[in-house]
Parts: sequence; structure tokens; C-alpha cells
Amino acid sequence: MTVTNLDNSKARTQQPALMRTEQLSLSYGKKIAFEDVSIAINQSKITALVGPSGCGKSSFLSCLNRLTDLIDNCRVTGRIFLEKWDVMNRNIDTIALRRRVGHIFQKPNPFPLDLWKNIAFPLKEHGVKNRQEIDSIVERVLKDVGLWDEVKDRLKDSALALSGGQQQRLCIARALALEPEVLLMDEPCSALDPISSGVVEDLIASLRQKYALLVVTHNLAQAKRIADYVGVFWVRDNRGKLIEFGEAKQVFESPQHDLTAAYISGHRG
Amino acid sequence: MTWLEDKISSPSKLNKSSQFDWDWVLVWVLRIMAAITGAIVLLIVIFLILESLPFLLVKGIGPFFTDPTWNPTEGLYNFTPMLWGTLLATMGSVVVATPLGIISALFCQYYAPVAMGNLYRRLIELLAGIPSVVYGFWGLVVLVPLINRLHPPGASLLAGIIILTIMILPTIALVADASFGKVPQEYLLGATSLGLSKWGTICNVVFPAAKSGLFTGVILTVGRAIGETMAVLMVCGNVVETPSSIFDPIRTLTANIALEMAYALGNHRSALFVSGLALMAIIVLLAVAAEVITVTSSPVTKNS
Amino acid sequence: MKQEIIKSPISTILVWLVAVLVTGTFAWILGDIIFHGVGGISWEFLTTAPEDAGRSGGIGPILVSTGLILAVAMGVSVPLGVGTAILLAEFTSATNWFGRFVRRSLDILAGVPSIVFGLFGNAFFAKTLGLGFSILSGGLTLACMVLPILIRSAEEGLRGVPDELRLGAAALGLSRTTTLFHLLLPAAIPGLLVGLVLGIGRAIAETAALVFTSGYVARMPQSLLDSGRSLSIHIFDLSMNISGGDTNAYGSALVLVILLLMINATAAWLAHQSSSKYNDSYQFR
Repeated sequence: MTVTNLDNSKARTQQPALMRTEQLSLSYGKKIAFEDVSIAINQSKITALVGPSGCGKSSFLSCLNRLTDLIDNCRVTGRIFLEKWDVMNRNIDTIALRRRVGHIFQKPNPFPLDLWKNIAFPLKEHGVKNRQEIDSIVERVLKDVGLWDEVKDRLKDSALALSGGQQQRLCIARALALEPEVLLMDEPCSALDPISSGVVEDLIASLRQKYALLVVTHNLAQAKRIADYVGVFWVRDNRGKLIEFGEAKQVFESPQHDLTAAYISGHRG
Repeated sequence: MTWLEDKISSPSKLNKSSQFDWDWVLVWVLRIMAAITGAIVLLIVIFLILESLPFLLVKGIGPFFTDPTWNPTEGLYNFTPMLWGTLLATMGSVVVATPLGIISALFCQYYAPVAMGNLYRRLIELLAGIPSVVYGFWGLVVLVPLINRLHPPGASLLAGIIILTIMILPTIALVADASFGKVPQEYLLGATSLGLSKWGTICNVVFPAAKSGLFTGVILTVGRAIGETMAVLMVCGNVVETPSSIFDPIRTLTANIALEMAYALGNHRSALFVSGLALMAIIVLLAVAAEVITVTSSPVTKNS
Repeated sequence: MKQEIIKSPISTILVWLVAVLVTGTFAWILGDIIFHGVGGISWEFLTTAPEDAGRSGGIGPILVSTGLILAVAMGVSVPLGVGTAILLAEFTSATNWFGRFVRRSLDILAGVPSIVFGLFGNAFFAKTLGLGFSILSGGLTLACMVLPILIRSAEEGLRGVPDELRLGAAALGLSRTTTLFHLLLPAAIPGLLVGLVLGIGRAIAETAALVFTSGYVARMPQSLLDSGRSLSIHIFDLSMNISGGDTNAYGSALVLVILLLMINATAAWLAHQSSSKYNDSYQFR
């Protein structure tokens, strides 16, 4: 774990972390999904979490915006901070938290409403009532995700009629409309065909400017292409651990941990 | 997926925001509704007991078995003939309906062509939905005269058993059909590849795997048969007498309540509530039995 | 099929025989009701009041009473049932003691004989609450009776809504109230309707629970506190207590059976609608 802390402090000297976790652990009943994960997420950077499946990467994401509140039988310990805000506090306003921390899922999950409502309905719930303002936000975020030209004439069609890649971009647009600071992405490309996957990946890279992104992926090549920082999860003693965390270049070119080296060169995982 | 917020160990305290919390209101409104729903069973038991107490406190349960006969106007409260009536009608119909229902389900699942099986299943569902008063009416105008020609008076234990059989057969058939449907396809393929015949497969593979579902179905059906009132009331003759043959008329506990409640007063009314309480107790026991069977035998079905 | 008959002739023949027997019995009952009842049904029969204790005349007031009893029963049980189903499906974990208590009592409630509901309705609604023999007493008694069916279907409808929607809504910072009313309930509506229709079917078929709660009076009801005779009680009374009432009893029985067939068909159609809705859109996984 010394490596992790070293890298964290190095990252911190460059800029203060927007969001960080300290010794975060999660268990389902008696089974520990992951434990002792401490990382920092920075503004305008893409942080990628890689590792074999089943090591708790997705569960880790769900902690950061407290989606774990919805999952039966799970328990989270440790600390999470969004700037100075204690995310793990029981009485925190989770609605405000989730507005600041957006979440994109592996499988696109548009609401069974029309395209326009998919974006406008959460906005309205967050207090944006002016129709013109909503319209302009809808147009802006759909342009941001490159969907505007494809769908501008059919905003009243059901979102479920879109292709998988379009649905995923709509979900990203829906999250962007709420102007989050952090975007959590849980294998956002893995349920898509190769072409849509490429489009969504380019979109993620372009979002780097404005947001802090935390992307879970098991596609190492993708992590190499887009990530500024990389964390490597591994399963040890039947529980997930963060075995390495650092700048992407350093992790990929001179990994500190044997397992990371084996994983990156394709010998393990 | 539920929405609970006790998943975290909170290291710090923060006062809840003072904003009005609609979620909190919603959850409490729903809890109150669910509490009302859950309380109905308790209310039923409480009122049955309250209405039974005047009789039980004064006379106890002795008279229900030791009085010479059931004649409330003269203060005689022997339930035994009605207990026999209920017991015989229930047993008779369950014994006849169980094999018929199970075979019906086998027909749907394994013997009929798919389209015919679905049609037959739809027919059984329709049968299950027909009101008991319609069955009773048909029994009264068609079945009872037929039995009367065979052996007077017609309105009899036999008529009750036949009508009850027709009424509970759909329940058994539907539950059996559902539990056969859950038997994994691999079991059947495995058995067939071993060269077992269809009937052999059913006896050796399907029945053991669906056992707990079938038991539960039969228990549900027993409850249904015991509780059935109108149809039995209409075809059984309702004479308070322990039957000596299948052609004798009988009166069941439920029919007794339906017949006498309208004019019953005082101890008589109270005695009728005691029989209602007894019915309720039997139903609860059957529910517990069904639960025990489901719980104890489900791991077995998984492993086998 | 021919080979199988040669292989295991007795069992196969037996199974087909039972199927034919059951189908035959059903056809006999239904045929008898239709054959004798169809002549009696006319617009006049459906709208006029019964005369001569029901031997002649129609079933107008009885249909009105039946409708009112159903309206009371469903008006009370639907909000209560849907609320309970929402709590059980969305807000209670499987291990919660309160959820387990409610579920357990619903299981028992589903098995309580209708005559016991009648006793309870008579003691509680008619006597203790002072509603007397009235449409209100009968309707409230039936409301208790149909709750388990309603709740089960409503719960199934809600559980059929994919979890992706709940997670997606929560991740966007939508409150539970919003998620429920804007996303979950609209998606669960077909399931809720199936429950409603099945509940109506159970209530309309009921007789024993009504005999001493809503009563026998065959006049046109003036208010919910009047006694009103339901269609099922009318059939019972005509066939058991009125000699020469069989013709009109057949007519009434046919009306009841037709109503129930329509209700069943609606439920089957709705169930089909709800099962196809999400499987189509969320099928890739």
C-alpha cells in the first residue's frame, strides 16, 4: 500500500483532489467485495479502474454517489470526501450529492419516456422549470454527446427506440444536463457494438476538459488510450483490493507490482 | 431492490436539512396502509374470539361434543354431525380431485400438443373463476335430481363430494401445472436419454422433483374444500345427522353458519362464531403446514 | 403420438380420458347454463325490477346493488392494496420484521373461508361500526377479502420493472417519491390492472360473505347504507327459497358467468400486455 500512498501524495502536490476515498470497504452480508481502497480523483482528468471482473470495481463506483443505499444487504465502511464534504454521513442530502456526482451504467438505461423527457424530467425535478431554459439545455447536452443531428427531429420518440450506442450517449447527455462535477462510468462501452463503442470512447475523452471522470473498464487498451491515472484492482483472499494506483504512463510502463505487470502484459487476468 | 439508508457506518454527525421531506411522508403513509392491511387478520381473529367468548366462558367447549344433538332453540349444541359432514365431504372430494387435477396438469405439460395444452390450461383457469353459487345452482337443478333417480333423496354427501371435486380440481391442476413447469428441462432430457418411457419419466423424475409443490397444492385445496359454503349448502340437504351412507344428506359447519346466522341470537349466535373460530384455526394450521412443507423440502428439490 | 400409445398404452389413455372427462363436465355445466339461461336474457330482464319474489320481472336493482358493492370494495381495497404492495416491493427488505408480518398475514388472509369473512363483516362492520345490513358493510367485507389478490398482482407488476430504472433514477438524484410516481407506477400499471380485474372477479363471484353483511333486500338501493342484494345472492335465493324461480335463476347465472368470462379475458389480455412490454425493450443483456 505504500506505493498507493506515494502516488496519491504525488497527485495531490499537483492539484487538490476533487474527490477521494479513505480505506473504503464494502461487504455483502459476510462476503467482502473489496476493502481498504484509497484513491483520489482529480478535476479535468480521467481516472481508469482496471482489473479482472468480480473484483469490486462496479461496487466501488456505487459507493461514491451512495447508490449503495439501494442495494439490499450491503454495508460500506471507510470515508469518502467530495471536496470537504463528508459523503458517508448518514444525513447528507443524497439528492444534491447525486447531482454533483453523475453515474453512467454498463447497460444503457434510458427511461421509457420520449427523448426530450429523458433529459427534461430530471432537470425539472432539480428545479429547472423554464421551458426555454430546458430546451436550450437539452440541445446543448445532445450536441455535447454528438447526438443532436441524429435525433433533433424526433425528440418526441421513445428513447427505447434508439440503438444501444445512441441510448448510452443519451444517458450521458442526461447526466451532463445536471452539470455534475464528477462522472462515474461503469464499463460504459462494454455493452455496445465496436463502432458505437468507439464513438462513446471519443466522447469520454472529450469530456475530460470539464469534468473529473472515473471510468471502470476491463479493456486495457482503452484505459491506455484515455486515462491519466490508473488504479488496478485484483482479487486476493476472495476479496477485491487496489494493488496499484498511479499515473497511467507509470503504471503501464513500469508497474510496481508483479501482478500488475503480469496483468498488463496479458499473462494474468 | 429497496430504498433503505442504513448501509453506512457514519463517522460524523450532521443535522438533517430542514427542507420538507416528501420521501419521509410517502414512506410513513405507505407504512400506515400496510399496517392496516396486516391488521385485518388480527381483527378477524379478535372479533371471532369476542363473539365466541359469551358461549365459551359460560359453557366451555364440552357441549359441542356431549350434547345429544344440535338444536339451538332448546339449548343443545352438538357439533359432531356437522364436523363429520365437513370431514367426509372434504376428504371425499380431495381424494377424488387430487389425482384428476394432477393428471390434468400432466396432460397440459407432457401429453397434449402445445396449443391444446394451452387451451386446456385456459379452460381450467375459467373453471377456477366460476362462482360457487353457479356450481351450486347447477348441482341443485341437474345433479341432485340425477342422484335422486339413482338413490333418493338426491341431496346428499355424494352430491356434495361431486360438486366440491369439480370446484377444487382447478386449484390442484393449476398448482400442479406450475410445479411441473418448474421441473428443469435437463432432468426430462436426461431421463429420456436413459430410455425411460414417458410414464416412467413422470413417476421417477417429475413427481419427486415437483413433490413439495404438489403437497402445497393439496393443502391449499383442503382449505378451499373446508371453507366452501354456498355450493355445499345448495346440494347437501343440510339435515343435522351423521351420515351412514354416501346417499345420506349432510350439513357442513360452513352451511350451518350460513343457514342459521340470519336469525341466531345470544348463545346460538355465539356458538356459530365458535365454529367460525374453529374454521379459522384449521386454515391457519393448514397455512403453517404448507409453509413447513415448502421450507423443508425446497433444498431437497434443488439438490436432487 | 402413435408410437407412444403402443409403448405405454394404459397411462396415456388414462390421461387423455381424464382430460376429456374434465372438458366434458365443464361443457355440460356451461352448456346447461347457456341453454336454459339464454332465453331469459333481454334488455327488459337486465333493467326491470324483480316481481313476485323474483319469479318474474328482471334484475335491474340487483345489478345496481352488485355494482355499488363492487365499487365500495374496490374503492377501499385498491388504494390500500397498491400502497401495501409499494411498501412491500420497494421499501421493505426481505428480512424486515414488519414486511414479514404483513406478508404472513396476507398469506393467511388469502386462505380464510368466505363464510368467516361474512361472520367478521357482520360482527365488525354491521354490528360494531353500526353500518347494519348495508351495501357499505358488504363492500368493506369484500374489500378485506380481495386485498391479498390485489397486493400479489401489484407487487408482481412492480417487481417486473427492471432495476436499471431505479438505479438510473437514483443516480440522477431523483427522490423516491418522484421515481415512484413518474417511473415505477406508470411502468407497473398493467400489473396493477390485472390485480384490479382479478379482484373484481373474486368479489363478483362471492356469496357467502355477503349473506349477512349486505343482506337480501331486492329493492333499488337509495344509499350505501341500504341493504342491497348482489347477483350471486339473487341466484342463491331464487334457486333455494323460491319455488318456480329457476328460470330467472338461470338467466341471472348466465349474466354472472358472462360477466366473469369478460373479466377473465380482460385480465389475460392485460397480463399479456405487461409481460411483453419490458422484455422487448430491455432484452439485450
